[in-house]
Amino acid sequence: MAAKAVGPVKRSFAPWRDPASAPFIEFRNVTKRFGDFVAVDDLTLTIYEREFFALLGPSGCGKTTLMRMVAGFDEPTVGEVLLDGQNLAGVPPYRRPTNMMFQSYALFPHMTVEANIAFGLKQDRMPKADIATRVEEMLALVKLTPFAKRKPHQLSGGQKQRVALARSLARKPKVLLLDEPLGALDKKLREDTQFELVDLQQKLGLTFLIVTHDQEEAMTVADRVAVMDQGRIIQVATPAEVYEQPNSRYVADFIGDINLLEGRITVCNDGFIRLDCGVGGGTVEVDQTMDATPGENGWFAIRPEKMTLSLDPPENPTVNCIAGDVWDIGYLGDVSIYHVRLAGGATVKATVTNRTRLVERPISWDDKVWLTWPRDAGIVLTR
Amino acid sequence: MSATDRSAPPTPGNRPNPARWLVVAVPYLWLFLLFLVPFVIVIKISLSLTAIAQPPYTPVFDLAGGIGGLIDGISEFTVENYLWLTEDALYARAYLSSLTIALVSTALVLLVGYPIAYGMARAPKGLQPTLLMLIILPFWTSFLIRVYAWIGILKKEGLLNQLLLWIGVISEPLTILNTNTAVYIGIVYSYLPFMVLPLYAALERMDRTLLEAAADLGCPPIRAFWKITFPLSLPGVIAGCFLVFIPVTGEFVIPDLLGGSDTLMIGKTLWAEFFANRDWPLASAVAVVLLVILVVPIVLFQNHEMKRAEREA
Ligand SMILES: Nc1ncnc2c1ncn2[C@@H]1O[C@H](COP(=O)(O)OP(=O)(O)OP(=O)(O)O)[C@@H](O)[C@H]1O
Ligand SMILES: [Mg+2]
Repeated sequence: MAAKAVGPVKRSFAPWRDPASAPFIEFRNVTKRFGDFVAVDDLTLTIYEREFFALLGPSGCGKTTLMRMVAGFDEPTVGEVLLDGQNLAGVPPYRRPTNMMFQSYALFPHMTVEANIAFGLKQDRMPKADIATRVEEMLALVKLTPFAKRKPHQLSGGQKQRVALARSLARKPKVLLLDEPLGALDKKLREDTQFELVDLQQKLGLTFLIVTHDQEEAMTVADRVAVMDQGRIIQVATPAEVYEQPNSRYVADFIGDINLLEGRITVCNDGFIRLDCGVGGGTVEVDQTMDATPGENGWFAIRPEKMTLSLDPPENPTVNCIAGDVWDIGYLGDVSIYHVRLAGGATVKATVTNRTRLVERPISWDDKVWLTWPRDAGIVLTR
Repeated sequence: MSATDRSAPPTPGNRPNPARWLVVAVPYLWLFLLFLVPFVIVIKISLSLTAIAQPPYTPVFDLAGGIGGLIDGISEFTVENYLWLTEDALYARAYLSSLTIALVSTALVLLVGYPIAYGMARAPKGLQPTLLMLIILPFWTSFLIRVYAWIGILKKEGLLNQLLLWIGVISEPLTILNTNTAVYIGIVYSYLPFMVLPLYAALERMDRTLLEAAADLGCPPIRAFWKITFPLSLPGVIAGCFLVFIPVTGEFVIPDLLGGSDTLMIGKTLWAEFFANRDWPLASAVAVVLLVILVVPIVLFQNHEMKRAEREA
């Protein structure tokens, strides 16, 4: 699940850690209202030059609205959007050095694929020969060379999506806004295109802002991701940080699978936390530094792949160990997911890598099992 | 899916079925009785000769005469009326002038109608039904009365002249009534809805994110209009132009009421032949030739509509 090495090897690039680096796209306390409805709520966000930044969040949380404010189709109700230090307020879309790939594609129906891609280049008064070369290059990139002369209505959904992508890429804008650019593509083509995108972004030194519903994609391509909810940003961090150190139950739950055990914090020292999770969870000890006071409520969050499942009880079954019955087994080929019902009635999930060819797994329905984990596997969350 | 299809009984549409034939037959019967039969009668009269009789032409088919009478009648047919149309230059001039007036006024209606349709399509969604209503509203009053009303507006002592004199734009009243200008004003006014409605339909359907996409790609609004909006509204432009051009070519009421003695239009000529000269055969020939002339744009229009329907399917 975590960042797989699908794209090219990531450079060590972390301008957000360097206080001296200048922001490139900046949202300053931006609020966007549609009537009474607040689509973006007092949002502050900084994106750096050459960054590949992904927006993640449930449908309707304001991702498209955020992009439209960078592209210039919507103006913030409150606050400002800056690009390269310049306030964008009042700059019309056709004067912004940004290009957007629309979620609905918005291909010009009366133009061929070729003409669609060339449209932006013609606006820039690029010489004809250069336009032809660039269009060819873009067609090759999205693997649509044989379809150059077709009209949009003669294309499949995935092909349309690729034309839209090529059209937005053609001008090689300083900022590229991609609103779910690869959603309609099959897995293979999607991975290839992801690779090409990252490659292109690095070669040309562009800044990409991408919206995706596919968290695996976000983790693959992005330098940083922002997890949004109801017009607010909940966490901005690198994919690994968001996955391993979510700052809230919302983020932990949104990215990947997670088990949450509710409990009360009993000890909170520098680098060590003990949590009492009651009947189902027992005592949980975590190596973690956090600001909490004993007596406070907390949630122990642990990913299914970080627990060890066993038919025999461990040496010390009182700490970092829960016992239960196998309730359900999901076989996914590479891994199996065990749903274990705890004494308190809650269920937790644990994944086990299928290392043998055995069709009959040693652990079966209704077996009594023990789940254990080391102290650095999970994380305690207080919100 | 396929399994349920196979077990399902054949749908009624697949099998000829009396109710379905009836549905198809009714409009055809309608067209046959109200369009084809009168047209055949007009052709027949155009091949006859004038006579001082009732009706004022020969031969008159006597159904009592049976097949023999019919053949006798047909043997008397003549193309003399058609020859006459080519001999007198008046007719050619009238046809040509009609076509010119129709062409110019179609262009004028388009020029006036496009901004109206554009404004309507871009108006707030809640307002659009009202605007549409306003465009259709004139149809609730008789066409004739509305054209008459223009006489009151355009005549020497009319509203327009009074207004202009009062503002001080002119010092002498303008002669507008009984000129071609008045005819153009009348046509533009009367045929505007036929242009606005198809244009509105085309513009309203257009996806507005296309304009955002154009702007995003560096295209300012005015250029975007010519590159995106206008080409996409072309089906509406074409439909509107045909809907105006075809009936205006044969228009009679407007040139008769608002035009002058020098306004030459085939509709007026036709009326004069029918009612002033009582030359029904010649008038019929004029009508048939007009139809033949208009067949070209009508067929083009039909082709266009069919292609559009196909594209949308
Ligand atoms: N023009 C508008 N008028 C009113 N409400 C709007 C408008 N545009 C967006 N919204 C609302 O703002 C919220 C955010 O919309 P937005 O399109 O940014 O969502 P999103 O995060 O892109 O969702 P998705 O993942 O489904 O594309 C939604 O609840 C939407 O209904
Ligand atoms: Mg969206």
